[in-house]
Amino acid sequence: MKKFNLSNRYKAVVIGGSAGSFQGVVKILGQLPKGFPLPIIMCLHRLKHVRNGFVEALSIKSVVQVTEPNDKETIKKGNVYLAPANYHMSVELGNHFALSTEEMVNNSRPSIDITLGTCAFAYKEKLVGILLSGANKDGALGMKYIHDRGGLTIVQEPTECMIDTMPRSALSVTKIDHVLKVDQIVQFLKELDNQYR
Amino acid sequence: MLDIDINDLKRISELIYQKHHYDFRNYAMSSFKRRVLRIMELKKLSVESLIKKLTDNPAFINEFLDELTVNVTEMFRDPSFWRIMREEIIPAIMLNQKQFKIWHAGCSSGEEVLSMCIMLKEMGILQDVTMIATDLDVNILERAKSGVYPAKNMELNEKNYIRFQGTGSFKDYYREENGMAVFPKELLMNVSFRRHDLVLGDVFNKFDLILCRNVMIYFNQSLQNEVLKKFHESSFKYGYLAIGSKESLIWCDYANRFIVVNNEEKIYKKIKD
Repeated sequence: MKKFNLSNRYKAVVIGGSAGSFQGVVKILGQLPKGFPLPIIMCLHRLKHVRNGFVEALSIKSVVQVTEPNDKETIKKGNVYLAPANYHMSVELGNHFALSTEEMVNNSRPSIDITLGTCAFAYKEKLVGILLSGANKDGALGMKYIHDRGGLTIVQEPTECMIDTMPRSALSVTKIDHVLKVDQIVQFLKELDNQYR
Repeated sequence: MLDIDINDLKRISELIYQKHHYDFRNYAMSSFKRRVLRIMELKKLSVESLIKKLTDNPAFINEFLDELTVNVTEMFRDPSFWRIMREEIIPAIMLNQKQFKIWHAGCSSGEEVLSMCIMLKEMGILQDVTMIATDLDVNILERAKSGVYPAKNMELNEKNYIRFQGTGSFKDYYREENGMAVFPKELLMNVSFRRHDLVLGDVFNKFDLILCRNVMIYFNQSLQNEVLKKFHESSFKYGYLAIGSKESLIWCDYANRFIVVNNEEKIYKKIKD
């Protein structure tokens, strides 16, 4: 298994995904080490008018209960957060979320670019960004923000993706540090976890 | 890539406050930044040229406000909220009185006001309700008053209406003209649209129900705290307050003067003066 150079002390992991990412996310959350030390902030494309059911579905096999934060909710270590339906989810300086009902970005609300971009701004080089399978380019620019601010960028191996547009778009606009299969992403998170033990 | 740093954002909000008496200094930073960047991109302005324009061109502020404020909304947003309104909240208000008053605070282009009017009409009580709809932005108030919306928005609005389980047919509420959906003025007969600034404006009346959904999410916590005090003062005892489904008041000083009536839909009731 690949060894990662993890000298950096990260403060958060942000995950973006769309069509075909559900299985990957379930696997990642299901194999997350107990007591994972960082917040995991997820923005996944979802039906705008369906408020309930998605967190429950993600939580079934997850080690940690997934929650949809309220506006201005404080971000806590070890929690797994999901952007709520029909809201953009930003991270503010001062370690809390801010939600908004602004225009759709890349035809999406929540938009992955917004979550990734604001995480990049708040966490700078202390951020790990992971982009999974998806059918549009939302998230690509967000990955560029993360890279430009010194964070670590990971995309799911395009050949493993149900739809590879999203990781390929990210690969075309910025430097991606690791192209990994979901199993390797899990391995990466385990190594990241080890570092805090 | 277009970017702006926090100091420039602070300069801009300070300038607008000093010169134009609008106070964005306590707006949530992430969305305020996106809004300002959006204006710079739309109007092709650098930070310095934006500041110059806000300083030298008094008329520009209205254009600026119209783009800065978020005016994306839909009719019957969160249909489950509207069902609770119809089945629980409005009947509860009417236990004690036949006539009552509603304030739509930050009404934007008026879709929520119109949804309320349609619901009240279907309940047969539209004539008994006085509504005041306010917004900071005069341009958007004009749009709200007109009751005219792009016809392409109606598909989503109709879907929401169907989920709300309205008693009529949504299409019967408007006629289409040149790509626009025109709602009859009679629907809005009891609504008074007024410019009012939630941040700097005074309390002006008391209400049985205040709706302010997805408005305070653009404020930081200290401003949310201040605005909740105004809502408290603007409510009759046992009056209701509805905020957005992902908003929360728990950290506000006045939170304990309200009780939660419905946590899913974020409907509160004032229980203490």
